[in-house]
Amino acid sequence: MSQTTTEKSGAAVKAVEPKKKVVLSEGKRAERKLGWLLCAPAAFIMLAVTAWPIIYSVYLSLQRYDLKFPDRQEFVGLDNYVTVLSSPYWWNAVWVTVVMTVVSVVIELVLGMALALIMHRTLVGRGIVRTSTLIPYGIVTVVAAFSWRYAWTPGTGYLAELMGGDPVLTEKIPALAVVILAEVWKTTPFMALLLMAGLALVPDDLLKAAALDGASGWQRFTKVILPLMKPAILVALLFRTLDAFRIFDNLFVLTGGSQGTSSVSMLTYNNLIKGLNLGIGSTMSVLIFIAVAIIAFIFIKLFGTAAPGSDDGGKR
Amino acid sequence: MAEIVLDKVTKKYPDGALAVQEVDIEIADGEFIILVGPSGCGKSTTLNMIAGLEDITTGELRIGGERVNERAPKDRDIAMVFQSYALYPHMTVRENMAFPLRLAKVDNATVEKKVNDAADILDLGQHLDRKPSNLSGGQRQRVAMGRAIVRSPKAFLMDEPLSNLDAKLRVQMRTSVSRLQKQLGTTMVYVTHDQTEAMTLGDRVVVMRGGAVQQIGAPQYLYDHPANLFVAGFIGSPSMNFVPAGLEDGVLRSPLGDVPLTDRIRRMVEAADAPREVIVGIRPEHFEDSKLVEEHQRGGGHTFTSNVDVLESMGSDKFAYFTLSGEQATSAELAELAADSGTAEAGSGGGVPIVTRISAASGAREGEQAEIWFNADKVQLFDPATGRNLTYSEE
Ligand SMILES: Nc1ncnc2c1ncn2[C@@H]1O[C@H](COP(=O)(O)OP(=O)(O)O)[C@@H](O)[C@H]1O
Ligand SMILES: [Mg+2]
Repeated sequence: MSQTTTEKSGAAVKAVEPKKKVVLSEGKRAERKLGWLLCAPAAFIMLAVTAWPIIYSVYLSLQRYDLKFPDRQEFVGLDNYVTVLSSPYWWNAVWVTVVMTVVSVVIELVLGMALALIMHRTLVGRGIVRTSTLIPYGIVTVVAAFSWRYAWTPGTGYLAELMGGDPVLTEKIPALAVVILAEVWKTTPFMALLLMAGLALVPDDLLKAAALDGASGWQRFTKVILPLMKPAILVALLFRTLDAFRIFDNLFVLTGGSQGTSSVSMLTYNNLIKGLNLGIGSTMSVLIFIAVAIIAFIFIKLFGTAAPGSDDGGKR
Repeated sequence: MAEIVLDKVTKKYPDGALAVQEVDIEIADGEFIILVGPSGCGKSTTLNMIAGLEDITTGELRIGGERVNERAPKDRDIAMVFQSYALYPHMTVRENMAFPLRLAKVDNATVEKKVNDAADILDLGQHLDRKPSNLSGGQRQRVAMGRAIVRSPKAFLMDEPLSNLDAKLRVQMRTSVSRLQKQLGTTMVYVTHDQTEAMTLGDRVVVMRGGAVQQIGAPQYLYDHPANLFVAGFIGSPSMNFVPAGLEDGVLRSPLGDVPLTDRIRRMVEAADAPREVIVGIRPEHFEDSKLVEEHQRGGGHTFTSNVDVLESMGSDKFAYFTLSGEQATSAELAELAADSGTAEAGSGGGVPIVTRISAASGAREGEQAEIWFNADKVQLFDPATGRNLTYSEE
């Protein structure tokens, strides 16, 4: 009796093994099919609104296509890429963008962490503290940017007067500093909010235990809070880096891209919309897309090893 | 190692809650002391004040003769085990246990040795390189203990360390905690709400209620000589039976019948200036099936006859449950005990419930009448208004 069973199951194992395929039951298969069907509308819309524009941009970037000379459209292969990648304007814009991204995100991270700690710790007037911290994030960027511009304009602005009446927005480095300041002012609260959510996940008992184990306040922060917050920090950095890399509105209002302060988005806009050069503009869009994809990829790789408390590098 | 003295220690939280009032405890060097009481009675607060995690509102805390009220937790040289274990999830077991040593800048070789020693004691050797999330509850609990013992602190504080474990493991760990404390000889303050842990573990037990200390003493002493109704009801399982009674001319009139006081008890009651209404307390083991009581003993006690509601045979002896007609004993302390054990509703079905522990040889049967004898010299009398034990004597 028992022997037949073993034989049978042995045969079954043999039959399945060579294929190395998971055999799904009837119900499981139906369920999977239903799952795909339910996803289909969303997937279709996603394709229509994201994939198609991307594909079309890639197509355009391979054409010589200037709306000022529409009849000279032709396929030029990678010529546009060569043009853009050998242009000093493009590389200046890349450096401006990278520097602004790195500097503003680093400052935002430090300030945001400080704000998050303050908001997490305040016991009295919690609501007021949190609300007032978030105000800058609630103001429309363009409105805030105009306020900054007037504040820095000699003759009308109080900040310009404070700085001795120099027209700071007309020189490259000071102008970039002002743009970074405006960015930091505006998005630090967002960073703080994301980090605060991460802070709330650090159990109080762990901090008490660390205090008894002999950790000073700073050691508790670096050895317990930061490692446990790593996923939250990465999420906040990812959002902010992607956002900062595509900086446009503050720059547009504050400097308009003059004195070599154009970011890559600004340069793309100038070529595509103002210059009506669809070929070059699309090439730049595609390059920005690739850069953003690389940034996202790096962060997602980091997430993999970020989950604290797992032996196998987060792939649970 | 050091003795710990709490001198009129009081804790008032910022929201006005008075969690601990004027607690006086002297803990000797190397002593294993238990803080026990229902939840919310201020045990954790007391422990956190010793650790330095909560400020002391008034009073003084001395460790090794020095006032430490103002000292930060890390400068008190005390280790604590939390109910949640509080292991660092991003560190391996080895790193968790080494953490206090690394912070103290101990050299690598010593860290290695101490961690390995602790792992040997706690049988964690093969888990050193795993993360806490991959360990079972019992293993995590041992890691938490390991982290406490590696640095040989002056004292261990434990806040309900076993209450997240299942019943079987809890019993097992109870003995290992006890063994560990004896082995290390370090002062230990252990918080629990479980009276069984309190009875079995400590050298001395501190019973707390509503932020105040009710009684301090060795487990057996608290069992035999509870200072008040609360301690009497809290210590012991199954707990003491309480029956309301009138006291007239040296006779107790109660649902158990009219019981004349023995000379010893009469003298104590007179000295204590007892009120006319009292609560009689009798431990379950002071009852016996009257058929099994020898003739010469019988005179020292009293018998009553009642229907056996439930009979549980434990092998070594039997628990027989009765319901006597009459009103249940009422007092603030008994109400609180009932609320804590979750029997507030269950017991109010009219009549006085009695639990007796009788010999396994008893022929009593469920649903039938049985005659039960109890030792009249073992009864304790309490004042229902204050809860004071009228038969309390410091022996
Ligand atoms: N942080 C706090 N703020 C205000 N009240 C508290 C705080 N912690 C505890 N309490 C109150 O103090 C009392 C004692 O609490 P606790 O020491 O935790 O009790 P136990 O550990 O004995 O269960 C409780 O009534 C509780 O509500
Ligand atoms: Mg507690």
